[in-house]
Amino acid sequence: MNQRRWNWNLWAGFLLCLVGFASYFFVFARFPTTRDVPWINFLLFGTGGAFLFRGLKRAFGQPQQYRGKIAGPILGTLGLLVVGGFCFGVFYQSRKLPPSTGAPGVGQKAPEFVLPDTNNDPVSLTGLLSSPLSDTKAPPKGVLLVFYRGYW
Amino acid sequence: MAISVDTPEVSRDLCKKAGYTYTFLSDAKAEIIRRYDLLHPGAGADGQDIARPAEFLLDSSGVIRWVNLTEDFRVRARPEQIIQEARVLK
Repeated sequence: MNQRRWNWNLWAGFLLCLVGFASYFFVFARFPTTRDVPWINFLLFGTGGAFLFRGLKRAFGQPQQYRGKIAGPILGTLGLLVVGGFCFGVFYQSRKLPPSTGAPGVGQKAPEFVLPDTNNDPVSLTGLLSSPLSDTKAPPKGVLLVFYRGYW
Repeated sequence: MAISVDTPEVSRDLCKKAGYTYTFLSDAKAEIIRRYDLLHPGAGADGQDIARPAEFLLDSSGVIRWVNLTEDFRVRARPEQIIQEARVLK
């Protein structure tokens, strides 16, 4: 009877690819140093790829000792898809932004607006620039407008 | 001030959860977003039009002194950067 060993490298490699993918969204995207360039995730993908490669070598190079001639290529392909999907999202999707050439630039007056705040009270830009602040009792020296995608 | 297409109620929940104290404004119809040419059509989770990320630092007379139009929506201006730019304002 031929006792072939479980090819754990294949599964470890694939798991690392999954962890590399998911950890970006759940953990590393919260910190600028690991969000801007996802180097930890690339490290995880690289290590996962190494395990997958080792597992495939064993499955096909030592088929009497190791299983995985079917699971190997499947997990390897899935792993590649996960890494590919991640790279697509991180290098392509997040850069697909409109040119916004009409946005006001330095030296121009910011267009006026009146918008509701979280209590549905109207807030105007002119009002903000002229109303005294509660602590200094003087109008603000400046205003920072942060446009963001939204929280959904 | 933070501006997005989120309704005031959604922003209120976000502020409560995250503890933000600065002003959140709601531009639900994206009118101001369009005025500032920041519209990103269909980029929302349900295909709605949203703003592309951008920051404008205004001085006390409402003139823009610094603009950051991100090339990648994952990479935003760091607070230290903005504070440094703000120090120049009188």
